[in-house]
Amino acid sequence: MKILVPVKRVVDYNVKIRVKADQTGVDLANVKMSMNPFCEIAVEEAVRLQEAGTATEIIVVSVGPTQAQETIRTALAMGADRGILVQTDEQIEPLGLAKILKGVIEEEKPDMVILGKQAIDGDNNQTGQMLAALLGWSQGTFASEIALDGDKLTVTREIDGGLQTIKLAMPAIVTADLRLNEPRYASLPNIMKAKKKPIDEKTIADYSADAAPRLEIVKVTEPAAREAGIKVETVNELVDKLKNVAGVI
Amino acid sequence: MSTLLIAEHNNQSLSESTIKSATAAVQMGGDVHVLVAGAGCAAVADEAAKMAGVSKVLLADDAQYEKQLAEPIADLVVSLAGDYATIATPASTNGKNFMPRIAALLDCSQISDITAVIDANTFERPIYAGNAIQTVRTSEAKKAITVRATAFAAVEMSGSAAVEAISATANSGLSEFIGEELTKSDRPELTSAKIVVSGGRGMQSGDNFPMLEKIADKLGAAVGASRAAVDAGFVPNDYQVGQTGKVVAPDLYIAVGISGAIQHLAGMKDSKVIVAINKDEEAPIFQVADYGLVADLFNAVPELEEELGKIGL
Ligand SMILES: Cc1cc2nc3c(=O)[nH]c(=O)nc-3n(C[C@H](O)[C@H](O)[C@H](O)COP(=O)(O)OP(=O)(O)OC[C@H]3O[C@@H](n4cnc5c(N)ncnc54)[C@H](O)[C@@H]3O)c2cc1C
Ligand SMILES: Cc1cc2nc3c(=O)[nH]c(=O)nc-3n(C[C@H](O)[C@H](O)[C@H](O)COP(=O)(O)OP(=O)(O)OC[C@H]3O[C@@H](n4cnc5c(N)ncnc54)[C@H](O)[C@@H]3O)c2cc1C
Repeated sequence: MKILVPVKRVVDYNVKIRVKADQTGVDLANVKMSMNPFCEIAVEEAVRLQEAGTATEIIVVSVGPTQAQETIRTALAMGADRGILVQTDEQIEPLGLAKILKGVIEEEKPDMVILGKQAIDGDNNQTGQMLAALLGWSQGTFASEIALDGDKLTVTREIDGGLQTIKLAMPAIVTADLRLNEPRYASLPNIMKAKKKPIDEKTIADYSADAAPRLEIVKVTEPAAREAGIKVETVNELVDKLKNVAGVI
Repeated sequence: MSTLLIAEHNNQSLSESTIKSATAAVQMGGDVHVLVAGAGCAAVADEAAKMAGVSKVLLADDAQYEKQLAEPIADLVVSLAGDYATIATPASTNGKNFMPRIAALLDCSQISDITAVIDANTFERPIYAGNAIQTVRTSEAKKAITVRATAFAAVEMSGSAAVEAISATANSGLSEFIGEELTKSDRPELTSAKIVVSGGRGMQSGDNFPMLEKIADKLGAAVGASRAAVDAGFVPNDYQVGQTGKVVAPDLYIAVGISGAIQHLAGMKDSKVIVAINKDEEAPIFQVADYGLVADLFNAVPELEEELGKIGL
């Protein structure tokens, strides 16, 4: 079975981002970038399926600037076999991204695609579901467990009320939630090996996908700041404040 | 210029987040119709018909819609979408699952998790875990919207819209429901509770959560948790508050043994009043807390229970 894993280069989750003064976006100059944490989980799941003998090849694809090569290398060091960089300096919206990925899939013909459930910058939580729609495939989102069962995929999903289990026709789209697995750190020898693994360079035009932006960002602003609070000395004082000052109990 | 609001429900009653999302739908202007798709869910349609501002309820009652799986719901909505400029639904795990599928089938963009309606085509939404607010405008003929329900008030239940039964679309058979494990609790639902008491890694074990539950029961509160507490197995996944868990905005949020990582703050910093109990006075949670108590939770929480008792709770 061939697995495709789309990965995104994002601002590292530890970075406290700053909104630009001119309200055009977020200041990304000299900020540490990493693989989106949910994409790491997706890569890890694919590697585990390969170690279990279920998967035969893992291809990672990233749509983004030249530096997204580093993100692909990280995935290769974790165990993926080869990479595809669809080079663009434009901001691609989820629908455009899904159209590009559809083009990649038509060429590579994977049996399963594992994505992260959301990218921690855009927080859109759309790409996997849109891709499933465009391909007419089934979708197992927010997965905390997956198991291949003949020609069906059993997916346990994290939902608002708890956990849900569904069975999907293959090929399928899976999006990874936090508890699907704990991603490994790449070992030094594997990082060295990854340097020799191939990365194909492509452009959006290669897939004749219409990825032109459709949305206009009017502005990006700081969220309203909370007023500074106080420290209370005792539990008694806390209860008094909640009852008599805030009036919330 | 009308809106189709897809109701979230459990086949028995309408979710509070649907009633709040209706406010966003009404703010977009034009007619608001509600789709109730489920199995044996006629009572939900009757409830939806009471939402003020709703002029029609479409009821699709069919076994394939019982669990609102993405594939059949998307096919149904696409068959109805011709008449609507906007398709909206709460940004719950259900809506997040099916809405992008609908958007892609309609070849339109989705604007996720809106927190304000500026006009029919312009919306605010948080990005980067709520550390920035984006104002987005669309000029497309159709759009898909998921609504962060905690940012909107509920509509009045004073309306009386007509309910119209509609037929199901063919089932593609791509997905099949196998089972679910739902957390049972008599406490209020996390995202709509007026008070939330959450525990973090500082709780040390799931065995210590009953301490928080006692407080919650005195206050009529829901119990939540940080990711660390869920990952450690103290409580089930559906307790998680944060960027990638649930977003809550209660009148009172009490964070116990939670450090206040940005991913956690993303899920609770719009609460009206925040209380933090943490033994580390440098913990970032104190930066957003209205009332901070630097204390060992294993002393402070039992004491809190006692003090609440003293004021008759
Ligand atoms: C209105 C709007 C404003 C935007 N503003 C900005 C901005 O200010 N700054 C900015 O950097 N970007 C911006 N973008 C781009 C945005 O951050 C995303 O790159 C894009 O919308 C995809 O959404 P997401 O990453 O949130 O996808 P999600 O749907 O949340 O991502 C889910 C999964 O899709 C896959 N995936 C996502 N992106 C890629 C990719 N490029 N290559 C391969 N796989 C991928 C990954 O597996 C990921 O885990 C904006 C987009 C929109 C629609
Ligand atoms: C992609 C991604 C998504 C994430 N999504 C989420 C999310 O949705 N929600 C979320 O919560 N996190 C999320 N996280 C994790 C987040 O970064 C933090 O790791 C997590 O919130 C920490 O949980 P915590 O505060 O319980 O634990 P810690 O950071 O370990 O804090 C424990 C706190 O308890 C205090 N404490 C310990 N013992 C006592 C005691 N006896 N009395 C009083 N105080 C005590 C300590 O001083 C400390 O401040 C995410 C991370 C990533 C990378």
